[in-house]
Parts: sequence; C-alpha cells; structure tokens
Amino acid sequence: MVTITIDGKKIEIPENTTVLEAARMLDIPIPTLCHHPKLTPFGGCRMCIVEIKGIPRPVTSCTTPVSEGMEVATSTAQLEGLRKTVMELILSDHPNDCMICEKAGACTLQELAYFYGVRENRLAGERRTYTKKDGNPFIERDLEKCILCSRCVKACDEIQGVEAIDFGYRGFKSKICTSYEKDLDCEFCGQCVAVCPTGAHTGKQWAFKGRQKDIREIDTVCPYCGTGCNITLHVRKSVSGEEVVRVTSKEDTWNEGWLCVKGRFGYKFINNPDRLTKPLIRITPKDREASGVKREENSPYDSHLTPYELFREATWDEALDYVASRLKEIKEKHGADSIGGLSSARCTNEENYLFQKFIRAVIGTNNIDHCARL
Amino acid sequence: MNKKIEIKICMGTGGIAAGGTEVRDSFESSLKDRNISAELQMGCDVHKVGCRGLCAKDVLVDVIVNNQKTTYQYIKPNMISRIIDEHIIGGDPVGEWSVAEDYHNFHEKQVKVVLSDCGNIDPESIDAYIAVNGYKATEQVLKNMTPQDVVEVMKKSGLRGRGGAGFPTGVKWEVCRGVESDQKYIICNADEGDPGAFMDRAVIEGNPHAVIEGMIIGAYAIGASKGYVYIRAEYPLAIERLVHAIKEATERGFLGKNILGSDFSFSIKLKLGAGAFVCGEETALIASIEGQRGMPRAKPPFPVYKGLWGKPTVINNVETLANIPYIIRNGAEWFSSYGTEKSKGTKVFALTGKVKNTGLIEVPMGITLKEIIYDIGGGIEGGKTLKAVQTGGPSGGCLTPDMLDINVDYESLAKVGSIVGSGGMIALDEDDCMVNVAKYFLQFTQAESCGKCVPCRIGTKRLLEMLDRITKGLGKEEDLALLESLSNDVKATSLCGLGQTAPNPILSTLKYFKDEYEAHIRDKRCPAGVCKDLLTYSILEQFCTGCGACMRACPAGAITGEKKKLHTIDPDLCIKCGACFDVCKFKSVKKS
Repeated sequence: MVTITIDGKKIEIPENTTVLEAARMLDIPIPTLCHHPKLTPFGGCRMCIVEIKGIPRPVTSCTTPVSEGMEVATSTAQLEGLRKTVMELILSDHPNDCMICEKAGACTLQELAYFYGVRENRLAGERRTYTKKDGNPFIERDLEKCILCSRCVKACDEIQGVEAIDFGYRGFKSKICTSYEKDLDCEFCGQCVAVCPTGAHTGKQWAFKGRQKDIREIDTVCPYCGTGCNITLHVRKSVSGEEVVRVTSKEDTWNEGWLCVKGRFGYKFINNPDRLTKPLIRITPKDREASGVKREENSPYDSHLTPYELFREATWDEALDYVASRLKEIKEKHGADSIGGLSSARCTNEENYLFQKFIRAVIGTNNIDHCARL
Repeated sequence: MNKKIEIKICMGTGGIAAGGTEVRDSFESSLKDRNISAELQMGCDVHKVGCRGLCAKDVLVDVIVNNQKTTYQYIKPNMISRIIDEHIIGGDPVGEWSVAEDYHNFHEKQVKVVLSDCGNIDPESIDAYIAVNGYKATEQVLKNMTPQDVVEVMKKSGLRGRGGAGFPTGVKWEVCRGVESDQKYIICNADEGDPGAFMDRAVIEGNPHAVIEGMIIGAYAIGASKGYVYIRAEYPLAIERLVHAIKEATERGFLGKNILGSDFSFSIKLKLGAGAFVCGEETALIASIEGQRGMPRAKPPFPVYKGLWGKPTVINNVETLANIPYIIRNGAEWFSSYGTEKSKGTKVFALTGKVKNTGLIEVPMGITLKEIIYDIGGGIEGGKTLKAVQTGGPSGGCLTPDMLDINVDYESLAKVGSIVGSGGMIALDEDDCMVNVAKYFLQFTQAESCGKCVPCRIGTKRLLEMLDRITKGLGKEEDLALLESLSNDVKATSLCGLGQTAPNPILSTLKYFKDEYEAHIRDKRCPAGVCKDLLTYSILEQFCTGCGACMRACPAGAITGEKKKLHTIDPDLCIKCGACFDVCKFKSVKKS
C-alpha cells in the first residue's frame, strides 16, 4: 500500500493502482475519452493529463501507476488550457452534426465539448472524409466521427479475442479498419459499439428510433441462453404500443456490460407479431376433421395448414394440466422408460437441475439428455 | 614476400553508388591479367572498406605500397591502368588524381573512435576485424571482468546514448542488471530515420563486428542471453553485411553457447523494420518486434523493467554500441579524455547542406560549431553566407551564425533550444527560407506520426497547415501567436518523443528568424526567394537580348517573344520552376 495526495486529499491505495483510479476513488473528476475501466490503458486522448510534483511535464493519469508520496494536481490553469487545446484538436477533425447523431445526449465527446465550451474552433482545418460503405447487418461504422481512442480495438481483442479491427495507416490518415478494409465480418458481438465514446460505432437497427430522454430503461435477464447476462431494454412508446429500440448492458452487472450478438442485436422478436405469448395445444387431426376441415391425401404432415390451424391457444393451467395428464397416461400404459426428457442450453443450471430431477424422480426414468451434448 | 601492396576501395553505399564495384573488379582483373604480384615479388591485396566520410569524392581508393599510403579521389575504372603503371609499378603516385588539401582539412580536426576502423578494414571479413584487435574486448570482459566491472567501466567512461536522448549508458545497464528476471534482452536500435542522417548505416556497413561486439559486452553486463538488431529494411547493404558478420561471429564462437569457453551464451536475431520512423522510439520498436503495430506506449514502466515480451530490456543505439569495444580495450580514462565535463567521447555527425565538404564526420564532444562548419566542412559553398545550422533533424532546432563559438555537446545545444539528436547537421545559407525549412520537417513528422495520440496526430497536421498557408502568402497576423501556442501545447501533451519534439523546428525558427515569418505574412514576400507562391518571374527589358534560351527552357510554354526582341512571361502559365532564371546568361530574368 502507498499513500498519495491528489488535490490535497490523501488516500492509501495498493501499488498497482493508476493515478486515475485513485482519483476516481476520491470522487475527483478527471475527463477521459480513451480510458475504459475494463480495458488496458491506452493513453491516446491526452485528456486525463495531471501534474505530478517532481515530473517536469504533464503525464496521463490513466497510464501512470501511483508511488509513495506522490503529489498530484488534477486541475490547474495550465492543465485546463492544454485539455481545451486537445478538445479543439479533436473537434477540428470531427463532423459537427450532433443534431442527427444517434449518440447525441449519451456522447462523451459532446459532453466534454460542452464542458470546455468549444464551438468556434481556432484550429479548424482539413477533416477526414470517408464514405460509409460497411455492408454488415448490425454495426454502423461512421469513421468520420471516430476519435481513434482504441476502445473498440481493445474490446475486440482483450474481451472478445476476435481482433476483427485494428489501426490502419499512419498520422492524420490513421483509421480503425478491418484487414484489407473489407466489410466487417466478425461475431457482431457489438462490444465495439458498447465502448465507443462517440457516434462512430452504433447499432444499425437503432437509427432514428429515438433519443435517450424518451426511453424507459428496463433491466432484465437475456433469455437466449443459460449464461443469464443482465441486459437493459430501451423501450420507447410508439404508435403500435411500446417498442424495444435498443439493448444495452450495464458495467456493474456480473457480465460487466459485455453481450453477444443475440443479446445485443437479436431483440426484434419481442415486437414481432408472430411471437408466441400464450401456450398452444396442438389440434389433433381427428378433432380437426370433426370440426369440418378435411385432411389432404398426400399431405401427412399437414404442411398446407397454418400454425393457427394446427394449434389452438390455451391458458397456462389448461396446458400444464394437459401435459401432466398425458404424461401420466403414457407412463401407466407404456411404463416410465417410454418417456424421455431433452433439456435446453437456454435454461439456467437450476432449471436444468430441476428438469432432470423431474424426469428421474417424478417420471422415474433415466432418459434425460441435454441439447448441448448433441 | 614481406613487401605488400594493399588497395582499399570505398564500398559503402556511397562508394558503390559512385561505381565502387566496377573499380574493384577492374583493379582485381588488371592486377591479375598483368600478373603484378609475381612481377613485383609482392603480395597484392585488393579489398573493400566501409565509408570514410567524404562521400562527395567517391570512389575513394587507398593505394598502399610499402606502408606508403596514397588516397585517390573520383576514381573510375578507366583510370586504373595509369595508377598501376605509374604508381604501383613506377613507384610514383599519380599526383593529379590524389586527394588535395581539402580532404586532409576535412579529416584534420576529426577524432575517430567509432569510425576508426570504418574505411580501413574489410567489413565482410572477421579476420580483418580481428587483425585490428577486434573481439579482444570480448575476451577481456569474459575472462577477466565481472558484469559489475563492465558496468563500472561504462559509468566511468561517461558514455551517453548516441540515439538522441543522451542517457548515460552505464546507468541504463546497471538498472537493468539489478532487475531480477529469468530472461533479459539487449536490442540494437538501427532504425535510423532522420532525414539526411546516415551515421548508423555507415557504422554497420563499415564495421559491423564492432556493433556485435558492443552487444555481446552489453548482454554480458546486464545478463541477457538474447539480442535483437532492429534495422530498417531500407538498408539492404547494412543488413547483408550484418547477417554475414553474425554468421562469421557465430562460426568463430563469439556468438552462441558458452562464448570463448565461458558460461556466457548469447545469440542475435535481426528484425527488419517496415519503414516507420516512429519505430525508432523504444516502446514502438518493442511493439514492432513483438509483431504489433509500431505505436509507442506511455513510460513508466521503462523497458529496463518491462520491455520486450514484458522482460527487462536494454535498447542501445548503433553508435553507442560501436563505442563499447574501444572503451573496454583502451579504458574509461582514454574515452573520457575526449569531450567536455558532461559530454564525453566523440560524436558522429552527418554534415550536409551548403558546406563544401558534406559527409560523415566524427568529432570530439565540445568542438566548436565554427570548427565543424569552416574547418571540417570547408565553409559555405559558392561564397555565400551562412544563415543557420540545423541540428538534430526533425526533433532539433536551428543555430544562428552568432552562435558559431558554441560548443557542440548535449548541454550547450540544449541551452540554445536545439539538440545533438542522433547527429544530423545541416548548414543553411542565404538561399534557404527558414519557414520552408520548418515546413519541410513538419511534413516529415506529420507523415510519420503513428496516429495514436491527439496532439501529434491532429496537432502536427494543423501546424503544417498553418506553415503551408504562410508560405503561400495566405498567413494571417494572428497565425504567429497561434503557431507558437499550439507548438507549445503539442510539445506538452504528446505521448512520445516524436510529438514532444516535432514542433521544435517551428519554435526555433520563430525564435531566431521571426522576421522571415513576418515578411511572408505581412509583405507576402519570401526573403530567400524559395516559396513559389510568393515569387513572380519577369524579364527585364534592358538586359534581354531575345536569345530565346529561356523560351526553350520553359517547360510550361509560358514565355513568348520573337528572336532578338524582348521576351515576356505569362504569369498565368508560369509554374515558377526557375528554369528561365537558371538558363539566362544576361541576368535578365528577375525573381521577386
């Protein structure tokens, strides 16, 4: 443990802590753009510079480890002046189109520009211009808005282990791109979208679906698999009721805000009219014929029928009673081993445990398996 | 056959470009065809040597007969038979082809340590290096010295890193030696990238074994068993000679397992750089060796604690390493007898620009600028006056003629806002525009920025845009203050040495040549007549004879006029190339 002083406040912290982390523990705000608590430090945006006694030039707090007796100043006239210059430089190479940017209102860059009052730019000059041409279905990459903070590159590499993107070119022409600048062809987990501090990475499905202030956030658990990632549904009132317009995940959840392609982008089923919202019981051919629908000669599987002709809606009580009675009947008639259970990777461990218990103890057979084994 | 004829042909990159290979082939075949060796009863040895500094006079050839050396300049294959006839057979050197006073003046004030064997021995023969006491230092170190002894000698010698930063080598080694680790590395930084600098290339091409020996000694001192040479792929000859030298040294047991029967094992690998200037920065260099994009990272941790593959690593420049065998052999006192109190030894500079003798020089630290420019460099070409000396390349600054008495060492140059740097030295005269010089260096640093940090990526771009505006006559009065403040901010906030020093050429020229900036901005005039957009060419009626020479020279067809009548230049068509100005014998073309 070492003791350091930041802006006159003392703190005792472990040696491998960075100055930035220490400042945040003390609730001392230091502006950052490229720093992300879950990724290795980059030190590229230069916003988090601080003055440390004994070091002649400002250093980035995100990369500097603490050492015993360190005295740090986080906000001096000199530092704020330098930060403002850095902001002016970043904004001199950034499209001024917050009005139609998907990220407006939730954009770190916009926030800092506001904080430093940068609008008229004395450092205006050439801006990088790129045509958006990425044909992938999920991720919108607007490289003109990119500030090269590397958070997407690091998330792709350090979190997902995919390395789909990296820096290309040099100097002012540097940009984040795929190899040979092809269309993005990765897992589309969207970690890059989650960590982007500007509007350079957004979800394609999010476009013009609403500003954050009109959105109700609902925390829930992703239904796709047994991992059970915590997700936040962004729900907005629309003409047809309420609509999920985006899915995110918070950093303080057990999945640390990381999601996969299904959890992040596979939410459209929620508002799909074909989605099942009630249990269905299959209509047997006998019942159907009794109600006047004739069975076709060469169509043993009733393939000409719509789902609504094959099934009827039921209540949960009715459906469960029906399943229970049928299982009982089969067991009595053919024995417990005539029944088997196949469980799903979408269920949690607890659910899978209960299901095997049900098959073994209630039904009385060892015929139990799981889709993950197939 | 005690008597011997020795012919040494300069075959560094400069020598080869001037035709060194042909000269050597021609010497060899002529001597063989005429059976000179048998005729004169003397051994006859023709071999290549590395750069000897004055590349402008290549191909330089030493002919040594009975220990009498004559150096010839500008040698072509067709001159060889006369040299053989008159000098080798006749015993009378060909006076008109041998080097003149300026060649001797060029060398007189130089002190050669690093370059002492460059241009003297065959760089492709380990025997030639051993013959001049090569690998003696390795033997001495491995047999009689502990690693700590080596560190002490280095500290005592006062050797400081020759790559630019000037950090004491012995201290760097000692720190790395003190770090516990199962594996350490030593890296030779041969990613020389400053425009106009070719010191490291010449050392590797001229004496690769000295660099290898330096690495062996360094590795022994810090406890490293593996070494890398990070060399730019644009140096094919240096790479070829280095690869050959490593092979020879391995065959002779100077590299490999249990070197000279000791417990110490060391091997060297080559890593070719792909042409990024920033990879000369040590953390970017490490990233590049590791197979990542060459981008610097913040220090600390310094490479001596956490370097290549996360292990303690010492990175030394080529020239630093090449000094080491000589320091071990001759002792720390000998080395520190050269130089000033804080800057010991010698420094190699690439002297270029408007001096008469351009080339590679090695001078004791603390020599005056005047001695370099006027004694070694022979003064300014064409009777013009010196305007400035730019040192340290794109990270450096300018010195003015009233600083000619300044001592060239780390501290004195830093005091006036310049640096020794890796050793570029460019003399500028009245025909050089200082704004344009600053723009030239900014173009370089801007293009070579890695793009990682904001001030370097965008800041240098904005600085360059401002300089570009000024040289085009579009500069505004407030640009001067903005240039200065942005330069200072880029210096203060950039991540690595590249960005932190990139604005130096601007700040230095602003400090000493503000009047030139003001002339460009206020009067829309380039005092040196360099900035094209501020120039107009016209023909003076009173001098024009209507010869038509300018009309024929003009590549844009901008000049019209009948024979023997006044010619005129159409300013809309003129591309301001200056061809008419150069070709007119009557000085009737006016540049303003």
